[in-house]
This record gives sequence, C-alpha cells and structure tokens, in this order.
Amino acid sequence: MIPETPSPAHGYPGRLLVFEGLDGSGKSTQARLIGKWLQSRDYRVFFTEWNSSDLTADTIRRGKKRGLLTPTTFSLLHATDFADRFERQILPPLRAGYVVICDRYVYTAFVRDAARGCAPAWVRNIYRFAPKPDKTFYFQVPVQVTLARKHASRLKISYYEAGMDLGLSDDVSDSYQRFQGRLKREYDHLARTDQFTVIDAGRSVESVQNELRKELKPLLAKFPTVEHLIHDR
Amino acid sequence: MTGRTYGTPLPGMPGEKLAGKLIVIEGADGSGRTTEVDQLKEWLEVQGHAVVDTGLRRSTLVSERIDEAKQGHTLAPTTMALFYAVDFADQLENKIVPALSAGSTVLADRYIYTLMARAVARGASREWARELYGFALVPDLVMFLNARPDILLHRAIMKYGALDYWESGMDLCLSPDRFDSFFLYQARLREEFTWMAKPYGFHFIDANRTPAAVHLDVKRIVAPLYNRAPEGAGRLLRRRANGGAPTETPAPRAASG
Repeated sequence: MIPETPSPAHGYPGRLLVFEGLDGSGKSTQARLIGKWLQSRDYRVFFTEWNSSDLTADTIRRGKKRGLLTPTTFSLLHATDFADRFERQILPPLRAGYVVICDRYVYTAFVRDAARGCAPAWVRNIYRFAPKPDKTFYFQVPVQVTLARKHASRLKISYYEAGMDLGLSDDVSDSYQRFQGRLKREYDHLARTDQFTVIDAGRSVESVQNELRKELKPLLAKFPTVEHLIHDR
Repeated sequence: MTGRTYGTPLPGMPGEKLAGKLIVIEGADGSGRTTEVDQLKEWLEVQGHAVVDTGLRRSTLVSERIDEAKQGHTLAPTTMALFYAVDFADQLENKIVPALSAGSTVLADRYIYTLMARAVARGASREWARELYGFALVPDLVMFLNARPDILLHRAIMKYGALDYWESGMDLCLSPDRFDSFFLYQARLREEFTWMAKPYGFHFIDANRTPAAVHLDVKRIVAPLYNRAPEGAGRLLRRRANGGAPTETPAPRAASG
C-alpha cells in the first residue's frame, strides 16, 4: 500500500528540491551527495543542472564567444533553455512522483538578470510557469571564500562568471568580486522573499550534508520509495 | 516615433524619441502580407525614404536554431514562445532600434502580436505574453490584413499545395485532421487578434480582395505619417479622427495595472 503523502503546493506527486548559491559555494557537491543518499534509500531520483539543454547550448556558447548577447537576450536565452528542460526533463519526473533535484533553478536567473540590469518583475513573470520548490537550499558563503576556493582548485575564472560583460572592472579578479557581490546581495534578498532554507556553507562538507539530510527528513517522511511501488502491484 | 514601450523598457535602450518610423503589417499566412510589405517598401523608397525590413525568425542570434528545432517538432509551447522572444529581442536591439535612431523607416512583416497570439493559443495567459513583450516599441502604425479562413486556405493550397504543420497548429493536437486543425487554430488566433485590435490600435484592412486594392488602402493609411496628402486623403483623415491613430492609443501597460 502506498502511504498517504501530504500534497505539496505545486500539486504534483513528486518532490522538487533546489540547490542555489554562488559558484564555489559547494552546492553541486552537496546536491550530488543528497542524490546518492536518496537513491541508496530507494527513492526515485532525477537530477538536473542549469544550462544543459541541447536546444540552446550552441547558441549560448556562440553568443558568448562572439559577444552577441545583451542582458535581455542573455536572459531570454537562458529562459528558453530552462523552459525546454522544464517541459521535457523536470515536469515529467515530477508528475511521475520522482524526487527532482535541481542544481540551480529559476532563482539563478533572478539573481543574474537583476545583476545585469533586467527589471526583476519582468524576469519573474517570464518564469511564472515554474512551480515553487518544496525546498530551496541556499548555500550562503562570503564572496572571498568562493574566490579562495577557485584559486585553490586552480580553476580559471570565466568571462561571464566574472561579469566582465558589465564593464565593472578591467581586472578579472576585481570584476569577479564585484559581480559575485551583486549576486550575493540578490540571493540574500530572495532568501527572505522566497523562503529559502539558508545553509552556512563555510563549514565542512560532512557537517553541511548532515544538516541537509536532517532538513529533508520531514519532507520525505511519508514519500513512497520504489519498494512501496513494487509491493503495491 | 515616440520611443515609448508597452511596458518595462530594456536595459540600455535609449528611451527617447527616435527619428525613424516603425510600421507593422500583421496577418496570417496567405493574407497577402509579404506581397504588401514588398509593395509598400518599394513605394516608400520611391518617395525617398530609407526602409529597413524585418520580420520573425530573422535574427542572427537564433533564427537558424529555431528553424532546426521546428523541423523536429520538438518545441514545447513555453519554450517556443521564449525562443521567439529571443529572436525578437535580438532584432529589436541590433536592428530595429539602430535603424530608427538613424531615421530609417522600419517595416515589420509581423511583430509581437503574432507571437503573443500564438503563445496564448497554446495555453499561455494574455498577461504573461503582454508582460514578456512589454519591452517592444509601440509602433507608429499597425495594419492587420484581415482575410477569411476559407480564403487563407485557398491561397495556401494555391501556393504550397498543402497546409503547413505549424500554421495549422498541429502541435496543439486540436484534431488529427490537418484541415480541421487549421480552421480550429486560425479561429483561436483570430480571437486573440480581435481582442488585441483595440488596446494595440490595429487598422483592419479587408484582405479578401486583390493585392492592388489592399495596397491602395495601405497607402492611404501610411501617407499621413509622412505628412503627405495622397489620393483620397480627406476620407482617411476623417477615419483617423475617429480614433484610428496609434499615438492616441492608451498604453496597454496602464490597462494591465
């Protein structure tokens, strides 16, 4: 017998978990570990990342490379990409009762587009088709920490990551800090307006992961696992 | 032109009066739109106006990609609406606004109205579509070539020998029969255009007639924009005074609150 599940606000049988935060905040690592954990406990899990659709990937890459993008086309292209993934990848498993883990969701668009000068209300309207997640974890961390992590892993800072298109500074490192600072302010603002669960991401991977698992338990308490579904047949 | 937008303007746009003029011709496939655009362009150029033409799916950024995606019939409704919005925004920023700033006449073979009608016909809300395209410039003139569905059908058959998948709205699954689907889909679009006519200040032109008759009407409507008195101008001025001029139209933004 499938246990009764409290129905979430979005009305679909699945669960929508969102991981948001600056680059280098550790959210992707944590999202993957949560996915592993849920799978090991027999939940059906679907994992999706930002900006991975075949439809627009080429256009976005080409547009970036040749400097063809303005804040508006940048915003709309990412919205197209998200819509494509939402309609084809996120919605079906959500309707089929999966736990859908999103490494970044519409909030990434909200903060980036706002930092580039798009009107927040206009951007929010575009993404109105996307339901509110059951849980949004925001990995809060000082910009300095993400920069230190970048340097430590010897990853190069990309042009758009540093917000170089905004002309904030000619120096990549300086521009990065200013741009990421803007993003952080936007995230901190959304954390209040959109009821994020704020996670202090400056700690060890294990201690963050433990906190996440604790946070998720109530949400999954009566949620059916694969075993439930098989036994029900 | 005023440089006014329907809603929130884009970041980095001039937002002031632009020297050129923006003329839009709307209408379904088979309404004679493209023929009229060509004729109007010719007429304006003969009179010494620089004309830049534009239309849907002509941006350097994404037009090819949209074509490819449509071939596979893989686009879900929201995705398609947004993809077209990218195409429109790219042309607005890189083609339309620069041309208007330079004093050219921009002749648009379809504009946001078709895009909004298509999105709403596929389940989007009117508010969503209006807000999405709020950054579009309010044109100096919008003419809608209005043709009956049976005439559209006849012209499509004459021209292609068949009905186009998208123009028949086959992706909507209204009917497995393409002819039925065509009529159902065109009726939905018509409903949207009828609704838009007033807030967006459309001039309806009876397009059930010959291209020559349509062109005559179009010239009469366009001429006053350039302070010309064409044949039959007296009649036209009376029509404009009755509330046809787009500059007198309240911004739809205000209506949506």
